[in-house]
Amino acid sequence: MNNDERIVITGVGLTSPNGNTLSEFRNNLLNAVSGVQKFTTRYIGETLAGICNFDPLKYQKKKDLRRGTRAGSISIYCANEAVADSGIDFEKFDKPRIGVYIGTTEHGNVETENEIYNLSQFDYDTKIWSHHHNPRTVANNPAGEVTLNMKITGPHYTIGGACAAGNLGIIQGVQMLKLKEVDLAIAGGVSESIHTFGIFAAFRNEGALASHPDPTKASRPFDSARNGIVISEGGCLYTLERLSDALARGAKIYAEIASYASNSDALDFVLPNSERQAECITLALKRGGIAPEQIDLVNTHATSTPQGDVSECNAVKKVFGASEKTYVNNTKSFIGHTMGAAGALELAGNLDSFNDCVIHPTINIDNLDPACDVKNLVVNKPKKVDKVEYILNNSFGMIGINSVLIVKKYK
Amino acid sequence: MTDQQIKDMILEIVADIAPDADLSNINPDVRLREQIELDSMDFLDIIMELRKRYKIDVPEEDYMKLSTLNGCVEYLRPHLKDR
Repeated sequence: MNNDERIVITGVGLTSPNGNTLSEFRNNLLNAVSGVQKFTTRYIGETLAGICNFDPLKYQKKKDLRRGTRAGSISIYCANEAVADSGIDFEKFDKPRIGVYIGTTEHGNVETENEIYNLSQFDYDTKIWSHHHNPRTVANNPAGEVTLNMKITGPHYTIGGACAAGNLGIIQGVQMLKLKEVDLAIAGGVSESIHTFGIFAAFRNEGALASHPDPTKASRPFDSARNGIVISEGGCLYTLERLSDALARGAKIYAEIASYASNSDALDFVLPNSERQAECITLALKRGGIAPEQIDLVNTHATSTPQGDVSECNAVKKVFGASEKTYVNNTKSFIGHTMGAAGALELAGNLDSFNDCVIHPTINIDNLDPACDVKNLVVNKPKKVDKVEYILNNSFGMIGINSVLIVKKYK
Repeated sequence: MTDQQIKDMILEIVADIAPDADLSNINPDVRLREQIELDSMDFLDIIMELRKRYKIDVPEEDYMKLSTLNGCVEYLRPHLKDR
């Protein structure tokens, strides 16, 4: 492959429940710092959530916050941070040649719920319904707010992919760069979902919402006592460039996109499917010409639900059962499930492994579920390994959508 | 409401809608949009807040009458005389 066809990550902007920069996030993943806390929301009362505390006024005016959405605000913060981190001369960059591709689980529920609540305070008089509702709820809102904020005139849209969306945003950016549609992609995923009561109510009513007296222990993938998902907000956007462009400007390179895949279970609205997950992983490996034993780290999607974790573990066992040095970890054990952001954000938390050869652990495992006993699971403490050259990142979602992204150390 | 109270009420609404704007030197006879950053969607917010806070429905044909602070006072005085 020539350097025009190789795509690299050159900048990272993120906000996670336990960190607003890559270094803060990584440091907390190596030091068992959770971002899950108590959260009170309309109709639900007290529950648990991962909440981000970035300063939205760093890149927006108060009026922008009033006008826009939380997803837009998260996106704007992450996009500006990523561009700043990339060292690109953004002022001089050709703005029509920048694309913004943001994965989201859903968009519009938060804003619609707010409007209906407001309406309820005025006897359901629809004259009270805000004229801002349409621009707030169009599906492209989070990506569009980035273009408004940064004066980017290239293409923008969101990729709706349930909880597989973060990876899909990155994949879309990679594809557009390969097609030469753009010269810079700002790509990844975001989620504002904690601000809709509906997501808590729906997970609770299907028995999939986590509870624990200690919020920091509620998200516990692979532990026998896991009882559901901790819903979190968050975002992570990358600057992606063709390797040729990155080298020409002497950019810092975090990683190279080695391969990716996406497929569908075609079986059930909510239940995951181990076989299709394994097929998706295998497809990504095959496309990249990568053998399972070459993968040094599998960052799992596992969300701390009884069934979902077992399903993924079975897929990982199937593909990596014979790989002696493929380590396995999970980032949701620290931050909960950041939904549309998860794939992109969880990848970011592992990028430093290329440099320090340390795998961040899966925390909160007091009693490992025997059904989740995958080989080389890094439990509770970070693990120093000999080398990290390939990281494989799983992200799966409802309606049966799977996405796998493989990144490799740039050298 | 007195004229001054109406002015204060409008400025309070504008302060919510344009929280970054400096409202300390607003000329009451010059269009608000010429003095602070206020677009058509913001203007609709003023109409909405009058509806929400004071149950005043301003028909579209009267919107222009609310373009200045003094215009607001003139227009709203009869609606607010007993409040």
